[in-house]
Amino acid sequence: MTDWLREVEPLTLKGQIAVPYTWWAGDTASRFFTALRDEGKILGTRCPECRKVFVPARRSCSRCFVEMDQWVELPPEGVVEAFTIVRYAHPIQPAEPPFAYVLVKLDGADVSFLHIVKKDLQDLGVGRRVRAVFKEKRDGHILDIDAFEPVGEH
Amino acid sequence: MGKAAIVGVAQTKYERRKKDQIFADLVFDVTREALADAGMTIDDIESVVTVSNDFFDGRTISGMAVGDACGGQDKNISTVSGDGTFGAFYGLMRVLSGFRTTLVVAHYKGSEGSVPVTTNGMFDPLFHRLLGVDAVSSAALQANVYMNRHGVTEEEIAAVSVKNHGNALNNPYAQVPLRITVADVMASRKIADPLKLLDCCPVSDGAAAVIIADEETAKRGGRRPAWVKGVAHCCEDYLLGDRDLADPAALRAAAAKAYAMAGIEDPLSEIDVMEVLEPFSYMEPLWLEGLGVCRPGEGASLVERGVTTMDGRLPVNPSGGALSANPILVAGLARLVEAVLQVRGEAGARQIKGAKTALAHGFNGPCGQSHCVWIVGAEG
Repeated sequence: MTDWLREVEPLTLKGQIAVPYTWWAGDTASRFFTALRDEGKILGTRCPECRKVFVPARRSCSRCFVEMDQWVELPPEGVVEAFTIVRYAHPIQPAEPPFAYVLVKLDGADVSFLHIVKKDLQDLGVGRRVRAVFKEKRDGHILDIDAFEPVGEH
Repeated sequence: MGKAAIVGVAQTKYERRKKDQIFADLVFDVTREALADAGMTIDDIESVVTVSNDFFDGRTISGMAVGDACGGQDKNISTVSGDGTFGAFYGLMRVLSGFRTTLVVAHYKGSEGSVPVTTNGMFDPLFHRLLGVDAVSSAALQANVYMNRHGVTEEEIAAVSVKNHGNALNNPYAQVPLRITVADVMASRKIADPLKLLDCCPVSDGAAAVIIADEETAKRGGRRPAWVKGVAHCCEDYLLGDRDLADPAALRAAAAKAYAMAGIEDPLSEIDVMEVLEPFSYMEPLWLEGLGVCRPGEGASLVERGVTTMDGRLPVNPSGGALSANPILVAGLARLVEAVLQVRGEAGARQIKGAKTALAHGFNGPCGQSHCVWIVGAEG
């Protein structure tokens, strides 16, 4: 740093970019979010080639590069494949820490579903069964699932 | 592939806040230093690749703002929005397609934006972004999968932090050189289990540049070329839940291609030093498994067994790595700069004696969605 700048407060310009976006959910995700909102159901799609079930539903299979047009309703329950208990707070987070992120393999799915756990964090572990808890008032987005929570005996 | 070499390198000192330099200043400095290192003037540069990200920089088409500062006037200039190793890959392709030289320059200032907000922006807006997941919390999920799969302990990954912060003491460009112990890492503030503060990279400002040249230009008198022996990058699924986070498949694929090009069959015995991009401590052993240095699950014991330490069979991150400075995008290019310095025998106090072949690695996307592997050698 040049000497003169050490003797003054370096200037900054404060700014914030808040760009409004309207992301169309599209054909496939619209059906996923509509089912979540209106029926409290989690939908996946099955690949006609490898038969793997992907959730959340999407249109193409990343492995086979084919269209997945077969819809599968998945139970709101599954097994924790990975978890982390978050200890830092940030306004972008949907819950006060400590809360957990979990990758849940829903029963019947071949990939894991990312969501959060807000209570009974001490009961979390890889292999633990968890269940989705739906919000009463649902708006058609991923937080219509309020969180997952551990079920049954550890 | 035709022959090409990296003939000039430069990097800034990495710092938490560069209050006296805007992006263009950083780019101007490393461009001039890389030219001096190559024994070139700006007139010797035929094409330019800048590396930046609009969301990080807070401006649209961010590459356009640094063209002047890297001498891009009247030149073919293009931008890669991704890690610097991928920018260098594009630069190499340009040299192989007929430009005699390409300057690749990357910049980043973590001090100016918000890392949680910008890294949350990596994630799908419909399915994941509202969950608030970011670079740190997604990495913590990957650490959990990896460590649970193989029974890796928190002390084992802490040892990577101890090693790399210690190595940084020998690197005048590093931001966070530290003499610490495993106990210090274990006692540091919990961030997202199992990651603690000292398992995580700092927020950094900085820039780096490389000049890539064709064979004829590289062989011209006075140059100290680091020859490109092998290079590849590969990608896998976008959504975190679709991938096996404990098995870096894209890295294995990229490494296999780069090794085949370089004629390497056993990386552990044929590569002298590696610089891998490890903004989180667990990533170094996981990436080394992907790079075929050891079998899955064996990466975590490499530090304790003395394999990856400065005096080990395969020193990894003599520079201190990204744990000691992580200017995003720049950090991968810094690994390449370090690899070049190693094979030139010019890495100062962090030099691995007699290093002839070095590997540099970078990645893009949460938890290493795509990986780029470079192998450079002293001999053509």
